[in-house]
Amino acid sequence: MSLNIVVLAKQVPDTRNVGKDAMKADGTINRAALPAIFNPEDLNALEQALRLKEQHPGSTVGMLTMGLPSAGEIIRQGLYRGADTGWLLTDRGFAGADTLATSYALATAIKKIGNVDIVIGGRQAIDGDTAQVGPQVAQKLGLNQVTYAEEILKIENGKATIRRHIDGGVETVEAPLPVVVTVNGSAAPCRPCNAKLVMKYKYATCPMERKGDEPWADLYNERPYLTLNQWSVADIDADPAQCGMSGSPTKVKNVVNIVFQAKESKTLTGSDADVESLVQELLNDKIIG
Amino acid sequence: MANYYTDHPEIGFHLNHPLMKRIVDLKERNYADKEQYADAPVNYEDAIENYKRILDITGDIAANIIAPNSEDVDLEGPHLENGRMIYASKTYENLDVTRKAGLWGVSMPRRFGGLNLPNTTFSMLSEIISAADAGFQNVWSLQSCIDTLYEFGSEEQRAKYIPRISQGETMSMDLTEPDAGSDLQRVMLKATFDEENNCWRLNGVKRFITNGDSDIHLVLARSEEGTKDGRGLSMFIYDKRDGGVDVRHIEHKLGIHGSPTCELTYKNAKAELCGSTRLGLIKYVMALMNGARLGIAAQSVGVEQEAYNEALAYAKERAQFGKKIITFPAVYDMLSRMKAKLDAGRSLLYMTSRYVDIYKALEDIARERTLTPEERQEMKKYSRIADAFTPLAKGMNSEYANQNAYDSISVHGGSGFIMEYKCQRLFRDARIFSIYEGTTQLQVVAAVRYITNGAYLAHIKEMLQSEVAEDLKPLKARIEKLVELYEEAVAILKGSDIDSHDFLARRLYDMTGEIIMSLLILDDATKAPELFAKSAQVYVQMAEANVNGHYTYVKNFKAEDLESFKAE
Repeated sequence: MSLNIVVLAKQVPDTRNVGKDAMKADGTINRAALPAIFNPEDLNALEQALRLKEQHPGSTVGMLTMGLPSAGEIIRQGLYRGADTGWLLTDRGFAGADTLATSYALATAIKKIGNVDIVIGGRQAIDGDTAQVGPQVAQKLGLNQVTYAEEILKIENGKATIRRHIDGGVETVEAPLPVVVTVNGSAAPCRPCNAKLVMKYKYATCPMERKGDEPWADLYNERPYLTLNQWSVADIDADPAQCGMSGSPTKVKNVVNIVFQAKESKTLTGSDADVESLVQELLNDKIIG
Repeated sequence: MANYYTDHPEIGFHLNHPLMKRIVDLKERNYADKEQYADAPVNYEDAIENYKRILDITGDIAANIIAPNSEDVDLEGPHLENGRMIYASKTYENLDVTRKAGLWGVSMPRRFGGLNLPNTTFSMLSEIISAADAGFQNVWSLQSCIDTLYEFGSEEQRAKYIPRISQGETMSMDLTEPDAGSDLQRVMLKATFDEENNCWRLNGVKRFITNGDSDIHLVLARSEEGTKDGRGLSMFIYDKRDGGVDVRHIEHKLGIHGSPTCELTYKNAKAELCGSTRLGLIKYVMALMNGARLGIAAQSVGVEQEAYNEALAYAKERAQFGKKIITFPAVYDMLSRMKAKLDAGRSLLYMTSRYVDIYKALEDIARERTLTPEERQEMKKYSRIADAFTPLAKGMNSEYANQNAYDSISVHGGSGFIMEYKCQRLFRDARIFSIYEGTTQLQVVAAVRYITNGAYLAHIKEMLQSEVAEDLKPLKARIEKLVELYEEAVAILKGSDIDSHDFLARRLYDMTGEIIMSLLILDDATKAPELFAKSAQVYVQMAEANVNGHYTYVKNFKAEDLESFKAE
């Protein structure tokens, strides 16, 4: 059967190589110091989607992302690797969204796309590390969900067989379609960009990314595939109150940059007294209990 | 993230050369493909942008997949199973990623699924892949054998084989045999015409065949019974799908372990004739070898870069006597010479590849229409100069790769002798560069006629006409002095007896290479001083000492001296 697959992907600051200037004085991320990249586990998800497309001829893979106009790069990166299309949710109304408002916007967009068989994204994004968006999207769409997926083994008779990465091993589960899948970083790495696809799509942009003076501007009239889908709050018929800042109950009070130093370490033995004192400390700090 | 292309702006610099415009215009036939192919460029700027994008993809794969795999590939190597060669396991990973990235059939026209890249861009990709793993570069870059099939095969053969290469099938050129190495005229593999099945049949043995269990082979074989020289040899296409060729043995080599070197037995293997009979060696293999030599030049430049990078990184980290070793003159002497050879050698490589590109593009246009008299003249000019430059680019760079690998170990000190460090592999890998596709000594043989007929000298004098930056004028004046010595040495060579001529040729060859590279690096430093000013200074200084040394040698040499050199 041919599948309609939507990949959820996010443009994130590259927090893997954080330097001293990663945070601004006010505790927010210094985006200028951290290059914007394709969230790593979303790349694992894209690879699973592209493999399904190869195994099921006639399938389509679409990239769905929300962010600044520059997040059009996420769609291009998908197209360069074999995705067929993409949608960028970009609008001031989407700005400042927490995971609830984000999943509302994504779920609403998926409804608008319609007839989706598989929604697949990374387990979590490296900027927030919440792992909430995938499950919330499933909940809002009323779909089954499989988290921590490592490999989609097969899709047969309307059911997906998926291997999950769990504590201490793996388990294989079955889920009826449509299904939301979040993919773990231990899954196969994503394929490289393909030379021909990069040449074909290198000037593909959503309208808000354009300045209007591009030397290749004429091509936008001749080649419709160079214009990426760009959707606003109104375009997906979303409730503005549930989007962006107004739809986000989470308020960030402050962000602290913590660097652990060797002198802050504590050495504990296996003695009952040491274990007891550790448990007590964790209870006091409300880390456990 | 590391990227072997963007980390080295010295590579991309060579796309800015003024000749590129002519090359791309010829290669793209006024950008006619844009109507039919979404990936075809719409103009010159777009084409260059495409090249940069492809280089970027390759630089990423090279740094993040092929290079990390290279140690395992080196340790595991290929093995033999029931007459078939099995690559090191990570070689399959490398092949898979280059296929998914679409880096196959790169030089072929789009109608056959190719990327229509000029040789200059192909050489850049080659260099980058070689820096990551020189052995894998062989497996990948042997795809350029398809150029020869494209040039001399029939339209039917093109349509049958080229799309398969564009999909990532591999190639080999089956030339050498146990008794035919450098001397290919002695090839004995027998080709007979099978009247019943209307095809050719190959029987015999090939030895030292790089990537010998490939999907599509170009084979040099003796089709003319009773002949003993090159005129009885023809070129054939063997398709592995037809069967009949087995791998009998895989060589255990000093280096490039990722590149399988096979001994092949042909047992009545079905084959197709490529082109006409009797032209196998004298025409087709010569074309094949010229392409392959440029491939080795690119492979060498990749290792020159990697050896330098390894040495530089180590010298920055390692402290002795309370100081980082990079601060010691004896160490930065080595590092600066490595970088100078790299920059100058690379400049020679890309100058050569541009010359090749112009005449090959015109040759290809000549298959479609008659060239104008001006175009014919242009083709002749660049064909001649490409022929002269190819043995220089191959010979000089293969020697530089070895020198840089040697110096890289020296910079590492004792650690360089330990197998955990990459520089030892580079040293082992580089050793073959100055041997295969014609030893350096044979590159000298190929170049010497252009020394004595004055072709290089004329070219050098033309290069001297170029303007250089004000602050580089003193360097240029020093090169001018070297050219005077060179001219004198050429005259001595021309006047010497045959044995002295052959004996002294290497010195003249080195002088030629060093003077041409001095002028090239001077030009590069004029255009991009931030990248090349230091190397220009270092290179010319080094070339000056060498050229003076060679001059003294040639000048003081007497025919009777030869007796003392003869080995007994």
